[in-house]
Amino acid sequence: MFKTTALAYTYDGSFEGLLCCVFESYEWKETPLAIHSLEEGQGLLLESKWIETDSVKADRVLRSIPLKISPEAEELVRLGFWSNAMDKEMLLLNFLYLGFTHGRRVMNMLADDTVSALNKAVQQLRREGHHYLGFVRFSVYGPVMAAVIEPRGYILPVIEDHFCDRFQNESFMIYDKTHGMALLHQPGRQAIIPLQEWIPPEPDEAEAAYRRLWQGFYNAIGIKERKNDRLRASLMPKRYWKQLPEMNGNAPALPALPARQEQTARRLKSGRPRKLQ
Amino acid sequence: MMEKLEILTASAKYDVACTSSGASRSGQPGSLGNAVSMGICHSFAADGRCISLLKVLMTNGCIYDCAYCVNRKSNPTRRAAFTPEEIANLTMQFYRRNYIEGLFLSSGIMRSPDYTTEQLIAALELLRNVYNFRGYIHVKAIPGADDVLLSRLGLLADRMSVNIELPSQESLNRLAPDKSKQSILKPMGLIKNKITENSSDLVKYKHTPRFAPAGQSTQMIIGATPDTDYQILNLTEGLYKKYGLKRIFYSAYTPVVEDSLLPALDTKPPLLREHRLYQADWLLRFYGFEAKELLDEAAPNFNPLLDPKCSWAINHREQFPVEINRAPYETLLRVPGIGVRSAQRILKARRAGSLDFYALKKLGVVLKRAQFFITCKGKPLEGLKVGEHTLLRSLMSGQELAKFQQPEVEQLSFFDDSYMAALPEAGRAATFGKGV
Repeated sequence: MFKTTALAYTYDGSFEGLLCCVFESYEWKETPLAIHSLEEGQGLLLESKWIETDSVKADRVLRSIPLKISPEAEELVRLGFWSNAMDKEMLLLNFLYLGFTHGRRVMNMLADDTVSALNKAVQQLRREGHHYLGFVRFSVYGPVMAAVIEPRGYILPVIEDHFCDRFQNESFMIYDKTHGMALLHQPGRQAIIPLQEWIPPEPDEAEAAYRRLWQGFYNAIGIKERKNDRLRASLMPKRYWKQLPEMNGNAPALPALPARQEQTARRLKSGRPRKLQ
Repeated sequence: MMEKLEILTASAKYDVACTSSGASRSGQPGSLGNAVSMGICHSFAADGRCISLLKVLMTNGCIYDCAYCVNRKSNPTRRAAFTPEEIANLTMQFYRRNYIEGLFLSSGIMRSPDYTTEQLIAALELLRNVYNFRGYIHVKAIPGADDVLLSRLGLLADRMSVNIELPSQESLNRLAPDKSKQSILKPMGLIKNKITENSSDLVKYKHTPRFAPAGQSTQMIIGATPDTDYQILNLTEGLYKKYGLKRIFYSAYTPVVEDSLLPALDTKPPLLREHRLYQADWLLRFYGFEAKELLDEAAPNFNPLLDPKCSWAINHREQFPVEINRAPYETLLRVPGIGVRSAQRILKARRAGSLDFYALKKLGVVLKRAQFFITCKGKPLEGLKVGEHTLLRSLMSGQELAKFQQPEVEQLSFFDDSYMAALPEAGRAATFGKGV
């Protein structure tokens, strides 16, 4: 068995980089206590070892996954990497340890803590991806369409095929504000590229008119005798509302406030003491 | 346009069917849209119901006078109508912005069933043939329309539906004198035959246009008439078997017009009853239950305190406990707290090793319910006490109790004798002894 070292690995935050961490761990037969990406920095008082990204090493690890475990495991690892699970790097490393030991059987070990945690993370990512198939809202600016999303996980690759298939003739962009990435599509071409900042232009008259029509439809379709805010919020969590025109123009209570301020406002209303900042 | 849209949306809002599932069609250069078989919700209305389709009526003018309907001839409401061009344009514009997954088009009866159907066809032909729209379309078949017209309509749509509206002929006679069971079942039968015919043609000829590929559905109103859950569930089962329906929707009756034959205007929609029917419907479609297992003449209504699966399990204690590491899939599915997904996970996970209670929790089994009905490696959960009191209290979820405690949501009297009698003897003490 590998020995656990009082070491943290630091890598560049890329998928290849993480695969190199796996390579390093196997090469030195050591298990790090934590793996940090460059951006998040290191919180722990651990000695840190920088892992250089090397595509040859990464490739060796990647190719071994379908061979020694199964093709589904490779997909699971990729999706796990896009999820926003806590300590996803250690989770993936532990999963690969298990996989390289047990082979394809690991995919059935659903009751194992590591496998179960990874499956949950992937399930969450997939669920969020599925949500965004519906919750992406395009605005039409002349010949192009653009949408802004703020997902927790990195879901652009999960929703890419759906939108490119659906809007084959359109030129569009989906901008992921959280991760600073954008999916670009033109008829016949598509790519996911880094994009640090993008501010949507003001809608023109036609665009504004269709947003109003949509809001009118949204308000007319609800049955007031069945009003159920809790059910709505559980099916369409508030973190999505910001980018939904139907929830912006007319949300009844404090529409523009971010979640935390809204909570404070609610606390004030309910008469409980306000927490000092 | 805004006013029209609001009027014709408000008139369509009592139609429950909103799913966009069952058809799969990839995009195509030169066209807009595709269809995804699992369906996609694009938003949720203030009542928590999913919005996936632009759900509107062609017109809310109607020559019929059905008592329960907001669009009845004698109801003095504002009337409006869309042109086929307006429908098609609005659908395209909403679809491009990803507001919707497609169109749900219904209509009041203008002039005649045939004329109405021709208008629906005109809108759908514009969408499919002029705008090249490949998204999802659900259209209402108009009872009484010519077979040839209905066949044309079905080739343009993904799903067709005819609403049963009321669960029995007597109720129809009372509340919808212009409709008969026959006028509803006839188009339903036609659609079914067309779908069957079409699927054999598809095997023979590759390019046969598809007839309502997502199948047909229907809806019925719950609580406007004295029909029992047992009658409704039997009808449901018959429709799934005989007419091959894909979905049946239940709609808790919301009073929209004053009528001596109907519940008073201040009656709250029976949401809990609707919920129980959906749960039972699920048991029929995915869990291998039959209507007669869940209800009978003696107990014709669902227990408001327990979901149908728990009620069934309590009355069939002789079939439990079930050994998790050996029981077949069908048996696992009958355990309260185990759903389709967790049953599948159990099958998969036990190939890698035998399972204990701790493992089940990680697989997503709701142990709070399942614990009373299962063993792991031959043993029940350690420290488990199975008195009637603990059993019932554990099986009633907090949510359900809360729903029950809000009489403003549900018009059941808390002390209604029929519901009390439906509970096992000791259960009454367990539930009511606490003075809820």
